Amino acid sequence: MSDGTRGGGRFGRYGGRFVPETLMSCLLDLEREYAAATEDESFRAELAELLRLYSGRPTPLYPAENLSRECGGRARIYLKREDLNHTGAHKINNCLGQVLLARRMGKRRIVAETGAGQHGVATAAVAARFRMDCTIYMGELDMERQRPNVVRMRLLGAEVVPTASGSRTLKDATNDAIRDWVTNVRNTHYIIGSTVGPHPYPTIVRDFQAVIGREAREQILEAEDRLPSVIVACVGGGSNALGIFSAFLGDEDVALIGVEAGGSPDGHAAALCEGTPGVLHGSYSYLMQDDDGQVELAHSIAPGLDYPGVGPEHSFLMDSGRVTYARVPDREALAAFSDLSRLEGIIPALEPCHALAFTRKMLADRTDGDDVVIVNLSGRGDKDIDAVTDLIEDLTE
Amino acid sequence: MLRELTRSMREAGEKALVAFLTAGYPDEETFLRLLDAASRAGCQIIEIGIPFSDPIADGPVIQESSKRALDGGMTLRKALALAGRASETNPSALVFMSYVNPILRMGVERFAEEASRAGVSGVVVPDVPFEESPDIRCTLGKSGITFVDLVAPTSSEDRVASIAEGADGFLYLVSLTGVTGVRSALSGELGDFVQRVRAHTDVPLYVGFGISGPELAAQAAEHADGVIIGSAIIRIVQSSETSDEAVENVRSFLTDVKRAIAR
Repeated sequence: MSDGTRGGGRFGRYGGRFVPETLMSCLLDLEREYAAATEDESFRAELAELLRLYSGRPTPLYPAENLSRECGGRARIYLKREDLNHTGAHKINNCLGQVLLARRMGKRRIVAETGAGQHGVATAAVAARFRMDCTIYMGELDMERQRPNVVRMRLLGAEVVPTASGSRTLKDATNDAIRDWVTNVRNTHYIIGSTVGPHPYPTIVRDFQAVIGREAREQILEAEDRLPSVIVACVGGGSNALGIFSAFLGDEDVALIGVEAGGSPDGHAAALCEGTPGVLHGSYSYLMQDDDGQVELAHSIAPGLDYPGVGPEHSFLMDSGRVTYARVPDREALAAFSDLSRLEGIIPALEPCHALAFTRKMLADRTDGDDVVIVNLSGRGDKDIDAVTDLIEDLTE
Repeated sequence: MLRELTRSMREAGEKALVAFLTAGYPDEETFLRLLDAASRAGCQIIEIGIPFSDPIADGPVIQESSKRALDGGMTLRKALALAGRASETNPSALVFMSYVNPILRMGVERFAEEASRAGVSGVVVPDVPFEESPDIRCTLGKSGITFVDLVAPTSSEDRVASIAEGADGFLYLVSLTGVTGVRSALSGELGDFVQRVRAHTDVPLYVGFGISGPELAAQAAEHADGVIIGSAIIRIVQSSETSDEAVENVRSFLTDVKRAIAR
């Protein structure tokens, strides 16, 4: 239905490879190498072993009984605990796969962009593990609001380069990572952190994240002897969402819902709900842009969602109607942050709080008594504690 | 047509000098005066950079000029209007350099029509490689505008052959593996790179990226049919105190470059 490996990496009309000529040979090499790797039993076995022993997979599918009761008791909510991965989020799934690809291609240096710092930490960790040089670009604003992750990346031996241009967040860090890659493409592999960028990245990242959905499918069948009626995931670039959705795309009775950052009156990051198609960072997809084709600044309290673009496969899935997209504002995500902490003893990252908040609203309208919902809990919230402490106090007083 | 111009220059044994200016930088009027100065200094082609919010192929100098131009309200529409004004009096050929998104937002057909009306003869789109180019190339062609291809040192032999086969006007050779910006030396592989491309096409070959001044321009012109200078010009504008000073400094700089490549 949406095979990114055919037709120059298009998902319907979305995707493609809008990059400087300097990068084209490298992208074609990566496409070939990835195709060879997926056929290579030893590659698959090594990745499976790393996911198990280094990252701690499989992650549990946890029945959140207190949360379910709080949401009216009409549905059993399960949380896919990607927050329990090594380095604290789903990002490591992709990083482990890509670092093995980099090694296959003989690249000894890694660059990456990071927003929340989760992808940066995961990249720094795998680069350390495989003894590669690692440079991470991060917006100055994000470095301020996610300090603990900056410290982690440096501890792991990565060089963290602040990006001072534009919005000083993820979009601009991505620009700088691409510029570094263009300059050092002969010895450097770019580990892009989401299902964005030029072909073959959206496909590669989706495939490496698909382990989330494969496990969740098996686990829910084990627990409930049925498929869920709804799966909810937050969408920034969209990798955790595609990771869990991909195993259920063929199951028409499973509703798939992607939740974007609705932000505040100051702005949002809802590229799908509010944007129009265009080209950013190498692919054609929905995008926040003005009438002159300049990319607009995103706003979200969750740095991992604070991005004006979205992966091309999501654009395709929205147009086709297979996935429904919604938006949740900052303040509702914040409420979900403290709710889950107190109800389940789990501190979630601000990003999946958008999915949690949506789930709560959705269930408030339900009258059906036997529902099964999975929320992809894509990361843990330790990184957010400094940034939200004041806000949470305001909220809970 | 761009093709006639670039071929006739080569037949006359004249090396082409292409000046890059960011549209609307440092302001609209000074930009138009810089354009005239470049023309008077002997630049047969002037590349007008359309500022974009996310210029992934540009180094810090052009990033900064793009940002300043955007802050001043520059848009693709306004750049077309400026080009229209310039082409009334300016004899140089005008080539736009724009990232693809502003063009897509306007609509490729409408852009082609308006660019043609504004006297634009070619368009360079740094984030549209060969594979993604057929639609835009064809639409521009119908309006008499040349889609200018780029080749890079990392382009494989097969790619160079495919790109060269469809190339028209001139072929833009990216001199180095990297973003735009001033460098202190040319790549030692430039001569080989030009020869490698030359084997596939008789379209004139112009070298850009990293050329800082007369000396490197002369070295590049030993191999190529023309040179493209961008960041070095923008840097002169940035370091000039007044508009008058910027215009005079750029004119004098380009005159020196022109003399250096003519030798």
